[in-house]
Amino acid sequence: MEWVNVILQGVLVGGLYAMFAAGLSLIFGVMRLVNIAHGDLIVLAAYLALVTTETLGIGPLTALVIVVPVMALIGYALQRLVLNRTLGDDLLPPLLVTFGLSVIIQNGLLELFTADSQKLQAGAIEVATVPLASGVYVGVLPLVQFAVAVAVIAALQFIFYRTPLGRAFRATADDAQVAQLMGLDNRHVFALAMALSLAMVAIAGVFLAVRANFDPSQGPSRLIFGFEAVIIGGLGSLWGTLAGGLILGVAQAIGAHLSPGWQILAGHIAFLIILAVRPEGLFPKVRA
Amino acid sequence: MNVRIVFGGASSRIGMALCACAVAVLAAAPFWAGRDDLFLLSQIYCYLALASLWNLLAGYAGLVSVGQQAYVGLGAYVLFALAILAGVSPLWAIPLAGVFSAAIAIPVALLVFRLRGHYFAIGTWIVAEVFRLIASQVSMLGGGSGTSLPAAVIVGIAPSRQLRDFIIYWIALGLVVAIVALIVLLLRSRYGLALKAIRDSELAAICNGIDVKRTKFLVYCLTAFGTAMIGALIFLQRLRVSPDAAFSVNDWTAFVIFITVIGGIGRIEGPIVGTVVFFALRQTLSDFGALYLLMLGAVAILVMLIAPKGIWGLVVERFGWQVFPLERKVVLDAATVARE
Repeated sequence: MEWVNVILQGVLVGGLYAMFAAGLSLIFGVMRLVNIAHGDLIVLAAYLALVTTETLGIGPLTALVIVVPVMALIGYALQRLVLNRTLGDDLLPPLLVTFGLSVIIQNGLLELFTADSQKLQAGAIEVATVPLASGVYVGVLPLVQFAVAVAVIAALQFIFYRTPLGRAFRATADDAQVAQLMGLDNRHVFALAMALSLAMVAIAGVFLAVRANFDPSQGPSRLIFGFEAVIIGGLGSLWGTLAGGLILGVAQAIGAHLSPGWQILAGHIAFLIILAVRPEGLFPKVRA
Repeated sequence: MNVRIVFGGASSRIGMALCACAVAVLAAAPFWAGRDDLFLLSQIYCYLALASLWNLLAGYAGLVSVGQQAYVGLGAYVLFALAILAGVSPLWAIPLAGVFSAAIAIPVALLVFRLRGHYFAIGTWIVAEVFRLIASQVSMLGGGSGTSLPAAVIVGIAPSRQLRDFIIYWIALGLVVAIVALIVLLLRSRYGLALKAIRDSELAAICNGIDVKRTKFLVYCLTAFGTAMIGALIFLQRLRVSPDAAFSVNDWTAFVIFITVIGGIGRIEGPIVGTVVFFALRQTLSDFGALYLLMLGAVAILVMLIAPKGIWGLVVERFGWQVFPLERKVVLDAATVARE
């Protein structure tokens, strides 16, 4: 029963990692850009939610109504004004610019909010549990968070394969130049992809902030978890990304159960093992 | 017909003469500079060396790593382990740290070379995180909170504090000169031609028969060797090591990348110019704390967007200067020219 609990906790956290990963995966798929500031944007969304809940006196889940569109707008503007100018054959400009962005967000948050860790209070839902089987209880909040993660991935899958926007994403991903010849404005399509990515970042950020303490320095490790989930699941497959997140979550939960110092390390080791034996990931769609 | 290859021109003869003068003046710094100045100069040398190595890795071999802190930290930890646990003199531990890290870089390269481009970048970062987490599990070296060099080891370097400062300063200067000189020599060799070909077009390099993978592999291990020695030296000077400081991505990778890009990536002179700019900014703006780092990030982004070849790239475009004799020119011998 003890191990069932450990694995269950891992799966539920894994949903959060899959949400970190989905936005990263979308951006890479559409414009071959790895956003080093992705994790810092998650933390930024968490702080945005903090400010929203404190000034308006609303709950964190209600705050999503404000945080999601604001982050999406930030994403659109960021892509139009800065990141579009870095895209090209050379991979260094987007890498350096998002690295710079990461340093700017981290230190900006440090300056505004200090290094103290913060947490969003969600009220009674935080401690509510439901019994799954005899002796196995799960928190309502992790369960909601997991359901949201699955819904977000499903929604992204739907947008990507069933809507005109998704068709534009897939077209620019296949060949940006031909897509432009067919009348798509790549700058706009890329900006929409970034907006969608940051909308997912916002959801992930709020759930992260409700679940655990956060501070300005946490971004890079969220980026790494998301990245590991993408690679474990296999590039280009959204359900693979969800599976990657779950595997990472379970590996971390098992590591933490063995020794507290092993939690993060166990996740990294699971990632390295998969990289060594199956570098294309478990459910690949395109080759890296 | 006799054909010779010559390196550089008038600007690089002047440049090399100026470099020689600068090294001579700096080597005498213990006689004209104060203790704080020596410490600052050593830090400048270490950043210059790290940036030159990263420039070789990313600017020439196209291996954009954001995980070089793995080798800075590994070098530091090997030095502390050898000095504290095995009683090796810290000065000998510096080259040993380099050799050990180059050996570790071999399996790491085999693993991370499976990832390409951006994914390679983040893969190297994860390796560095793994190193950091392992280092914080080593209880003999203080675990997560780190450890200090015992007084006996410190006195073993040299009996007086002043002499110790001088020795560490000279090692820092010697290492940076050796690293830059080695990179210049490497780039003048046939490997240098291969690296420049890879830098300009990887596909064209493969078509011309260059073993791109092997060249990249060699550069990766060589860079690990140099980076680890610098890491060992940095923490020998600090006398204290901890996992968070030794494997810091901001200190040992973000700043190093900013330095290289601001100065000009893919040119030997770039990291030198970038280091000067970085320390000039740091000395004037360091009172602003977090705001200073924020500005540094903004400057790096602006340089990348406005002048992606960096400051030295602009200088080369405007004046065609070249400090180091790297450019090859084909010269026909006077006799041959006369005969025709």
